[in-house]
Amino acid sequence: MSVAAIPTRLYRSIYEPLVIIRRNRRAFIGLIILVIFALMATVGPEVVPLDTTQRFEKRFQWPSLEHPLGTDHVGRDTFQQIVHGSRDVLSTAFLAGVFATAIAITVGMLAGLQGGMADALLMLMTNAILTVPSFPVMMIIAVVFKVRDPVSLGLLLSIWTWGGLARAIRSQILSLKEREFIEAARALGLSTFHVVFQELLPNVMPYVAINFFSLMRGAITASVGLMFLGLIPFKATNWGMMLNFAAWQGAIYVPKALFYFGSPMACIILFQLGAFFFANGLDEVLNPRLRT
Amino acid sequence: MLAVARRAGIALITLFIVMSLTFFLVRKVPGDPLYEWAVELSQTYGMRIEEAYEQVKVLYGYDPNEPMSEQYINYIKGLLRGNLGTSMVYKMSVNKILLTALPWTVFLLSISLLISFGLGMLMGMIIAWKRKTALEPIVTAYAAFTGATPDYITALILLIVFAINLKLFPMQGAYDSALTSGFNWPFIKSVLYHAILPIFAYVFEGTAAWAMAMKGSAVSVLGEDYIMAARARGLKERRIMVFYMGRNAILPLVTGLAIALGTMLGGATFIETIFGYPGIGWFFGQATAKRDFGLMQGLFLMTAAVTIFSNLVADILYSRLDPRIKLEE
Repeated sequence: MSVAAIPTRLYRSIYEPLVIIRRNRRAFIGLIILVIFALMATVGPEVVPLDTTQRFEKRFQWPSLEHPLGTDHVGRDTFQQIVHGSRDVLSTAFLAGVFATAIAITVGMLAGLQGGMADALLMLMTNAILTVPSFPVMMIIAVVFKVRDPVSLGLLLSIWTWGGLARAIRSQILSLKEREFIEAARALGLSTFHVVFQELLPNVMPYVAINFFSLMRGAITASVGLMFLGLIPFKATNWGMMLNFAAWQGAIYVPKALFYFGSPMACIILFQLGAFFFANGLDEVLNPRLRT
Repeated sequence: MLAVARRAGIALITLFIVMSLTFFLVRKVPGDPLYEWAVELSQTYGMRIEEAYEQVKVLYGYDPNEPMSEQYINYIKGLLRGNLGTSMVYKMSVNKILLTALPWTVFLLSISLLISFGLGMLMGMIIAWKRKTALEPIVTAYAAFTGATPDYITALILLIVFAINLKLFPMQGAYDSALTSGFNWPFIKSVLYHAILPIFAYVFEGTAAWAMAMKGSAVSVLGEDYIMAARARGLKERRIMVFYMGRNAILPLVTGLAIALGTMLGGATFIETIFGYPGIGWFFGQATAKRDFGLMQGLFLMTAAVTIFSNLVADILYSRLDPRIKLEE
């Protein structure tokens, strides 16, 4: 690749998509929301200190300059908890998205390329996963294995969610492998490795990228839900734990606690909306046919 | 016929996979859950711990000292006889718990599903028929909002606003426990009164998705020749919308309805837990919170079996309703 080609490539891969997203108002708002949350989870905890001293005289305060989102049942700052909680919530969701996508790609590719017995068995598994509702399964696994660290939580959240994507990738592979450019690659004697990673994977990637966001959204709902039910013990600043405290330790009965339990709720809804809008916009960027 | 048999075969295999997975998963529980129960029993009845343990083994229907294969065979035998196991916390058979919980869940979900499906169909039909109305952006925004809001947040907000602060509805339970249950007006009134908030939560969460699905289906029907033919014949707008577009568009959604019915029979743990509604979902939540593996396993298997069955029914139903669809061989 020549040096002159680099700016063009950069332009085509980063600037152009941004322009398309910029033009789509909802996608742009989604992107901004996601960027804010990403900053909150990465830089936030370094900038905002977490003070866990209990000051009962300051319990359940309304927002003020000192406490932008008020305080909790023992007078700790809600905003600090939201910021510090975001890292856990978003990193587990991200991990869960990565794991589920990786499993789905592996299963979908294998089933689609291999065919025969392997395909039948893998699709039987996929079918079981698609039919049996995922949340009860996660509840049972969470109780049996006592999940404590973010990686195993990510695994737990992805173990029963990859079915839809795997099935979709399989059917795309089935149609792609009959196409001419794959036949050409085969005729050229290129290795299966090359065909899979250079020819097939790039073609399913747009679809995978969009699905990654919906998998991540599902993971957030599920992980916060599991924590809300008290099935996975985690740090007290986690949004799910905040909801759990609020619901079972009485904050919801205190009108003055509105900002304490309202903040994690608002964050979850905002993040979900952001991811939804952005994924929709991404769909338009990656599928030029939708853009008319 | 062959296709139906094939589908049924896959459903059976799926059920078998789920049964086996559950068996091995629950056996992985660290420690001996039976032992705790035995300790409790020996304390209440003043028995020796060994004696209590023997009794618990009989009650629970499995012996941890037997080889795994034997345990597995006994477990499958029990399930085939319709025995879902025993709850360690409630000290009774899961079947009995199911019998008390299922009516509540069925009551809630059948009403909610009927309302949200009906409303969704109507909304979807109207926004597909009249492309540019004020309703369209509202329904789309509503769909985005409910898609972004997990059901536990919806239920919590409803509880906080309508039960705790406005005190319009009761906070917990399925009926006023001071009343005698049975077919008397105060009891029925109390049951309906307690069901309003949970039903509203289900309906609020579910309607938008049905509306969007209906819109998608209806838009694809709109291009069909018979719609144009109906227009050319000068039929009334409403008649074309409901009987020509609507009736055809609704077909693929009936499958979704059957699946939703099956899935919801497992109860929504969050909605039932937040409103303290004693259905399947509530018991399942309790079972996991209290580490009641017997109850957890039994309720889960019931839920899984029902969903697998409803998926099968949906598949078959769809091919029967629409003769153009052939089950995939």
